[in-house]
Amino acid sequence: MRELRQSFLSFFVSLRLTVVLLALSIVLVFWATLAQVKLGVWGVQEHFFRTFFVFGKLPGTDIPVPLYPGGYFLGGLLLANLLAAHIQRFRLSWKKSGILLTHLGLMLLLVGELMSGLWQEDFQMRLDEGETRNYSESFRLNELVVVDATDAEWDDVVAIPESLLAKNQEIQHPKLPFRVAIRAYFPNAQLQMKDPNTPAPDTGVPALATRDIGTQVSVTPLRITYRDNERNLPAAFVELIGPEGSLGVWLASTMITQAQRFDYGGRTWKLQFRFEREYKPFALSLLDFSHDRYPGTEIPKNFSSRIRLKTEDGKVDREVLIYMNNPLRYDGLTFYQAGFENNDRTTVLQVVRNPSWLLPYISCALMSVGLLIQFGLHLVGFVRRRASAAAAAA
Amino acid sequence: MKRILPFLVLILAIGYLASSLFSRRQTTEFDLEGFGKLPVLVNGRLKPMDTVARTSLLMFQGRQAVKNPAGAPLKPVAWLLDVLFRPELADHYQHFEIVHPDVLAMFNLTTEQGAAKKRFSYAQLSGKLGELDRQAQLAAQTEAPVRTPFQKAVVDLREHLVLYNRLKQSLVLPDSANPLDDYMAFQKGLEAGVAAIRAREQKLPFDEAAANATLALGQKFEFMANMGYLLAVPPPENNPDPNAWKPVGAVLLETIQTRQLNASAMAYAGMAHAWRLQQSEHFNTIVKLFRKTLEGRYGERLEKSDIETSFNAAEPFYRSMVLYLCAFLGAVVSWLFSREVLGRSAFLLMTLAWIATTVGIGIRMWLEGRPPVTNLYSSALFVGWGAVGLCLILEFVYRNAIGSAAGGMVGFCTLVIAHYLSLSGDTLEMMRAVLDSNFWLATHVVVVTIGYSATYLAGFLALIYVFRGVFTRSLDAQSADAINRMVYGIICFATLFSLVGTVLGGIWADQSWGRFWGWDPKENGALIIVLWNGLILHARWGGMVKARGLMSLAIFGNIVTSWSWFGTNMLGVGLHSYGFMDSAFYALLLFALSQLLAIGIGCLPEHRWRSFTSRANPAPQKPVSPVAA
Repeated sequence: MRELRQSFLSFFVSLRLTVVLLALSIVLVFWATLAQVKLGVWGVQEHFFRTFFVFGKLPGTDIPVPLYPGGYFLGGLLLANLLAAHIQRFRLSWKKSGILLTHLGLMLLLVGELMSGLWQEDFQMRLDEGETRNYSESFRLNELVVVDATDAEWDDVVAIPESLLAKNQEIQHPKLPFRVAIRAYFPNAQLQMKDPNTPAPDTGVPALATRDIGTQVSVTPLRITYRDNERNLPAAFVELIGPEGSLGVWLASTMITQAQRFDYGGRTWKLQFRFEREYKPFALSLLDFSHDRYPGTEIPKNFSSRIRLKTEDGKVDREVLIYMNNPLRYDGLTFYQAGFENNDRTTVLQVVRNPSWLLPYISCALMSVGLLIQFGLHLVGFVRRRASAAAAAA
Repeated sequence: MKRILPFLVLILAIGYLASSLFSRRQTTEFDLEGFGKLPVLVNGRLKPMDTVARTSLLMFQGRQAVKNPAGAPLKPVAWLLDVLFRPELADHYQHFEIVHPDVLAMFNLTTEQGAAKKRFSYAQLSGKLGELDRQAQLAAQTEAPVRTPFQKAVVDLREHLVLYNRLKQSLVLPDSANPLDDYMAFQKGLEAGVAAIRAREQKLPFDEAAANATLALGQKFEFMANMGYLLAVPPPENNPDPNAWKPVGAVLLETIQTRQLNASAMAYAGMAHAWRLQQSEHFNTIVKLFRKTLEGRYGERLEKSDIETSFNAAEPFYRSMVLYLCAFLGAVVSWLFSREVLGRSAFLLMTLAWIATTVGIGIRMWLEGRPPVTNLYSSALFVGWGAVGLCLILEFVYRNAIGSAAGGMVGFCTLVIAHYLSLSGDTLEMMRAVLDSNFWLATHVVVVTIGYSATYLAGFLALIYVFRGVFTRSLDAQSADAINRMVYGIICFATLFSLVGTVLGGIWADQSWGRFWGWDPKENGALIIVLWNGLILHARWGGMVKARGLMSLAIFGNIVTSWSWFGTNMLGVGLHSYGFMDSAFYALLLFALSQLLAIGIGCLPEHRWRSFTSRANPAPQKPVSPVAA
């Protein structure tokens, strides 16, 4: 037993393990970089880094097989290796302090990356000049919302995340007097208006919709895209079922930007599939977007958005300027200038929440100091040895 | 004699460097230098005509040397003057490089018809421009990174021809025998012409000749305004924006409102007339007077423009490239024949070349007002500069010509790479908005680039170890040990800089985009370098590799660094792809293969290493003192 423990321990503290893990990590990062051309940066993070294994599919089937250790696996082992080695060999000495600090910094960096992998949130906010919004939208996730819009003053929203739709279940919610049954769900689909004069082309999707615009539209499923500049536009056939029977089947899609209205039980409802929203206790208005170019060229010199930031309680009401390399930081969020659309009249802000943002700073400082001490000691020793060798030779 | 010889070599090399500065004496009575220094606004930057001439030539034909059909060499500025003012001559200069056989076939040309079998004139191409347009449009439907060599060739050639035609429309009416007369006639006929056109619009009787004359010239001016490549007319004194330069065509059109001819347009017309008639006195006077008008408002810019012109002529990077090569050869020969004189000369040559590149990089920084690394071209300069700097230290400590050999080789290679990168146009580009932050350019980019330098240097030192050890008997135990230490030390240095630089990059990303790490290809490339250097160090500390293993790992570092530096730019994705390039892929592949081959050689068993077998049966050899007394 003791032998087993010993060999277990010596496996985890060995430098050989470090070297193997580093080599495996290099291959992983290289592979992921190449894969990015097809999968895009988000796909790569999902498939290579924020996972224990990189999966492939058995040829000709959809059965996933682990092909290679993923980021969590290698990062976790590296962390274990580092910790074990330092616990085992720990001795407080000036000579070792450099290595110790460097590795401490490295551990923090790994932990920080894990944490931001778990908790970092990315959203986008699109603002036309003059527009005000108090929410940002996910650029990957979507939600199906059923809104009680009876009161003109305010909406009562029930939001169903896309991940639930994918299960094709019936969903019941205390606020809704009907069940929501997903009859079909497509993670990415193209909609087209049916031409009444020509027979609809067979897209392999039965026309289930019985209500509203869905009856006039045909659905063509598309491949899921991972490209950075494209997004998936999901669609679903949604049946609402009240106590006395079905109300009908609606087609919901993020391509249908207008909410579909209907009345039921004396109330007015709205149904919409939309980009997942995150509401904020404050609102941003775009006062002005400007896009400067270098004279006589199309090379962008600067993009900037003049924004008015106003909180619900009215305690904050000020103007800010967001431009390249100068984001707005407010309420734990970073708003940076990500793009523009619509002939320079719409700004696209990226909104990021990263609670572990401080860790890299600390680890950077630790590692720099550590490496400086370590290699500084090397250098001093080297110079001394040479000096004494030269003295001996003379 | 042995002591003096290295200094003689040094003096010779200084003479070589300085000769470029003094060879610019006027060879004609035309003030070419004065014209070359005139500033114009192109690609967002005020630059001298001289730079326009040189970068255009580099783009068209990959070199600055050009001859007229009679075979007489032309200075770049003289060439530009002919393009601008005597296009009917310039159309017959063979300055468009075409190497793709299918493109030649498209123009019904054979290599025999070209200068050096690959350069052709506009006149030779002008018959088939329509077909070129069509082919280029077809090629444009394919995304740039996946175009075939033929598609790339037609797109490039079309771009070059467009640029050439735009140059011709830049300063004066191209097909006019005397633009001055034409402008005056336009101004004089304006009153009648405008009245005639108005009358025609109102269906009243009108003077057809006057209307047509005004319209014909007006249309030509409008064409010039749209096509002109150079923004050559400074804004009037009352315009608060000093960058609001305009093309000559635009200010000629303004004559319709102001009824006044623009003085700058007139000055260029005067120069054109004098150049066409080859009246040097007139030409020189107009150039001088025109420059005077700029001196008040653009004094500082003129100073930059002057320095840039001298910098262009001095060719510090080209000449350093030659010196680095000499240093490398000198150092190598010094081992084979144990000639210390050569080793010392090599060291001095490398030092001189390094000083010249330092000055060159310094001037570029001053011209741009930026830290040293702003694009791929400048990163090549800086990688070489950093590596040679380290070699100077190594050589200063060890004095065994190994530092000189490695420095000579790295310096030479990086400057060759820089030369190829410069073929895509002006290397002093404006910064795109994403990268426009001097603070981060000066910290993250510089530190990471030094990390590249060091990783390369370790790899090149290892190459020296392998090749000297396997193929020669000169790698004695002392040198082998010295290289081993050098490689280890440099890898430590590389780890420090690449790690700190990469993390700084993460902090820049956090500052600007609210995220530390995004797995962007360039970030991944930098990370791979850090991981690789870490791997080497741990393998050595763990006793997994000895000297020869260390060398193989260090050589593989060359591949890793090249991937991060160039390979990631070829993917064409990500925020960082600051230097887009697509044609160097095969060069990269070839380099990687050559490095793998070197690793293979390094893995040969010890009895195949000539140096080691000779050490086992020591041949009578003069001991080399490691430290020159």
